[in-house]
Amino acid sequence: MENFEPSIIAFVCNWCTYTAADLAGTSRLYYPKNIRLIRVMCTGMVDPQYIIKAFLEGADGVLVSGCHPGDCHYINGNYKARRRIKLLKEILPQFGFESERLRLTWIGASDGIQFAEIMQELVSQIKALGPNAAKLKMVI
Amino acid sequence: MVNSLKLETKDTDLLGALQNFFKSLLGIDEIQAILVPQILPMKNMVMPVLISDPERLDGVDPLSPAFPMNGAKIVSKLTRKPIGGKVAVVLRPCEIRAFIELVKLKQGHMDEIIIIGIDCLGAYKNTDYFQYVGEDPKESTQRFYESVLSGNGASLENVELAPACKACEHPVPEHADILIGLFGLDIHKHILIQTQTEKGKKITDNLELPKMGEPPERKTAIENLIAERIDYRDKMFAETSAATDTLEKLTAYLANCINCYNCRVACPVCYCRECVFVTDVFNHEPSQYLRWSARKGAIKMPTDTVFYHLTRLAHMSTACVGCGQCSNACPNGIHVMELFRTVADRTQKGFNYEAGRSLEEFPPMSEFREDEFDEVVGIS
Ligand code: SF4
Ligand code: SF4
Ligand code: FES
Repeated sequence: MENFEPSIIAFVCNWCTYTAADLAGTSRLYYPKNIRLIRVMCTGMVDPQYIIKAFLEGADGVLVSGCHPGDCHYINGNYKARRRIKLLKEILPQFGFESERLRLTWIGASDGIQFAEIMQELVSQIKALGPNAAKLKMVI
Repeated sequence: MVNSLKLETKDTDLLGALQNFFKSLLGIDEIQAILVPQILPMKNMVMPVLISDPERLDGVDPLSPAFPMNGAKIVSKLTRKPIGGKVAVVLRPCEIRAFIELVKLKQGHMDEIIIIGIDCLGAYKNTDYFQYVGEDPKESTQRFYESVLSGNGASLENVELAPACKACEHPVPEHADILIGLFGLDIHKHILIQTQTEKGKKITDNLELPKMGEPPERKTAIENLIAERIDYRDKMFAETSAATDTLEKLTAYLANCINCYNCRVACPVCYCRECVFVTDVFNHEPSQYLRWSARKGAIKMPTDTVFYHLTRLAHMSTACVGCGQCSNACPNGIHVMELFRTVADRTQKGFNYEAGRSLEEFPPMSEFREDEFDEVVGIS
């Protein structure tokens, strides 16, 4: 497991977390290359099926990250996202996906430093969990 | 609100008494038609039939162990727009609960319907019903209800109730305008007509039925039945959880699935007008299959099977009423209901929600609050 490099799919909202990632980049802050950012307009548009698909394709972790409560550009998209994450955390562990593989965070537009720190922490946590079983098997 | 009335059965049999009762409803309070399961004149099959002519009520058979579809879908079709008259609909408890979910999703309306719920004796799987039913379907129904209501159980001629019914803890309708009670009653003398809403009371006030208290035997009979059902249900939850607790096991559980999507067509609460799995999103480029195969070494065709079931669980398990029509519709014997109910138990509890429990509770994915579920946020 020493050399295990997890793949983590991060659905990030355009207005906050993506901007924070951009800021981290322009500030030349380090964050691990394991994170694949997918920019969405709002966390409220992340349908559970996107997350399920990512796991079935072998993602070791999935992060959804958007604006802090009260800051969503579409007023309440992040609250909807929170319910969907809650929902998936009731469903996926039943089938052996560890709950910790699915994460939700709020990272504001100016939180470049937090963004880099959270990504490093997330990668080390997922590394500790080991690879997602879906990667190893034929999933029908 | 509660009116408890007595419907005599001594001059006729149960089906005859029900037929007379339905006949007496036509015309009251502008009720123009009744939707009720009826033995089709051309075949030994019981189907929901919309009956306007009182003379055509013979052959109504809401007690047969046939359950070809969840009637909530039919009532949703009938109430999608104003229907222009009142219709009484005779439904099983799980059909009423599914309809409540559809009303909350704005796919049905209560205004012009009167819901008549009957104590549910359960049903066989479709294929089992065909095996059970004889030349005379009415006689088959009589044998069935006599056996169930006299305490001799529902297993007849090596046919057993569908697992969904064995696991159903809602045998008595909870949101009917008018309830027809059978459990714990001397059905050869009389059965119970009870109103559960103002609307129901207004209608039964027009009938000349004597009042009758609920006999204590009824309460005991219902409690015992529910306890038995909960026992079965909890065993089913435990077995299904154990059979699917890794992705590998889930894959085995679904290995027979051919992506025909019958289960979602049959599901009364699969509410999307167009399922994403039949849109172009899943009409992959032919070259995509080759790429997947090259990346993974081998892929099972058709693809997206587990993906489909997991997505359906995410989209509708909070509304699952456990009616079992998904299993009933599966050509390949997959235990779909068991899987969906097991997961639904978790998702519904997670949101303190119960499908069909109340018209007032919002479906979990259609509301949200500022302060809630903080435990799912953050990475520490
Ligand atoms: S998933 Fe199956 S048991 Fe649940 S409501 Fe749909 S058809 Fe009925
Ligand atoms: S009905 Fe059966 S075979 Fe068809 S999609 Fe559903 S589970 Fe698969
Ligand atoms: S716009 Fe950022 S979460 Fe909605």
